[in-house]
Amino acid sequence: MSTIIGIIAFIVFAPFAGGLLSGIDRKLTARMQGRIGPPILQPFYDVKKLLNKEILLINNMQILFMWCFLVFIVFTGALFCGGSNILLVFFVLTTAAMFLVLEASLTNSAYATMGANREMIQMLSYEPMVLLTAVGFYVATAFSTGTGTFNLHEIVDNSPIPNIVYLPGVFIGFLYILTIKLRKSPFDISMSHHAHQEMVKGVTTELSGGLMALMEISHWYENVFLLLVVSLFIICDAWWSIPLAVVVVAAAFFLEILIDNTSARVKWDVMLKSAWAVTLVFGCINVFILQLI
Amino acid sequence: MAKVAKSPWLLHYDGSSCNGCDIEVLACLTPVYDVERFGVINTGNPKHADILLITGGINSQNKPVVEQLYSQMPSPKVVVAVGICACNGGVFKECYNILGGVDKVLPVDIYVPGCAARPNAIIDGVVKAVALLEEKRAKMDSEGGNNK
Repeated sequence: MSTIIGIIAFIVFAPFAGGLLSGIDRKLTARMQGRIGPPILQPFYDVKKLLNKEILLINNMQILFMWCFLVFIVFTGALFCGGSNILLVFFVLTTAAMFLVLEASLTNSAYATMGANREMIQMLSYEPMVLLTAVGFYVATAFSTGTGTFNLHEIVDNSPIPNIVYLPGVFIGFLYILTIKLRKSPFDISMSHHAHQEMVKGVTTELSGGLMALMEISHWYENVFLLLVVSLFIICDAWWSIPLAVVVVAAAFFLEILIDNTSARVKWDVMLKSAWAVTLVFGCINVFILQLI
Repeated sequence: MAKVAKSPWLLHYDGSSCNGCDIEVLACLTPVYDVERFGVINTGNPKHADILLITGGINSQNKPVVEQLYSQMPSPKVVVAVGICACNGGVFKECYNILGGVDKVLPVDIYVPGCAARPNAIIDGVVKAVALLEEKRAKMDSEGGNNK
């Protein structure tokens, strides 16, 4: 029963939460830059506007792939909230990202294609850490309870204390790749929310009207899902872990906005090398130590 | 007038100008004027834009560029000519290479004169453009040919 409630709650509430988060993000960004900034509900106004615009299609398949992107992102979050297997959740997330790459590639537009290439480099950068996060939870549950598990229900129910205690390195590594996944500077190389990128709008360059609205809504779902993964490091079999998780997720989100506003965009090789270095140094060593003791 | 009014996205194109008006357009985005508080975003992409903001006159080299940018924008769309050069060619009007203002090649909806146009005037022009966008959207709906 709780599984179904979790899935429905995610599908219904995630876009509202995601839109609000996006609005808070823009407001905070503006305040950090000394501006007043748009209203908190601005992302909803934007999507409403986009839905009322004409769609200029280059290839009919764009519609299919954008819908696939949205459906797979929603599916990822629904599996997560339904307490499925964490490996399966991450594989479905990767599938969703591939649809975005396909959509951008088939437009034959120089900027969108370059965005697609960079999106794949981003996937290459964050994917090891994402998988290591799943492995980390397995090793942590094996360490604390004796039997390792990838099942999200068991990860939460069998942990007497937050898993971050066992996985501080994995948590740091996940925060690092979260910057890539949230499309924040310095790693917003395939598509940036800020104007005047060197390649227009990267993967979203050829999306107009309703298709761009789909992109925005998918992004909201994705952001909520990613922050829920952050909360998984905290939530355990104790009531106080839930308010603590809210605080940690809010702090992580604020940190991402701060990094976004204080750093310049890097080249792809810096992103790839640093993401892998962080994965190796923090993630792998953390998992190794847990295995050894 | 809620649908477009709260989220007008700009595409700024710098024609054959002295850059005075361009700097004023960028000044609108700075903390002093901060147009983003009205939901205005300066996008670099015609496919996301609602308002085409052109500064400077039109010459034979940028004519096809401006025409292509306009054709790549999804409806409803509005063209705003910022500065006297974009309105009618300004001091460059008699130059051999200048065709004239933006209205020689595109249907200009709003004229914002000035040399250089003040940020306050530009914001006022954008606000007028927003009202017009809503009108065009309503017309698009009533004509039924809305591919959305």
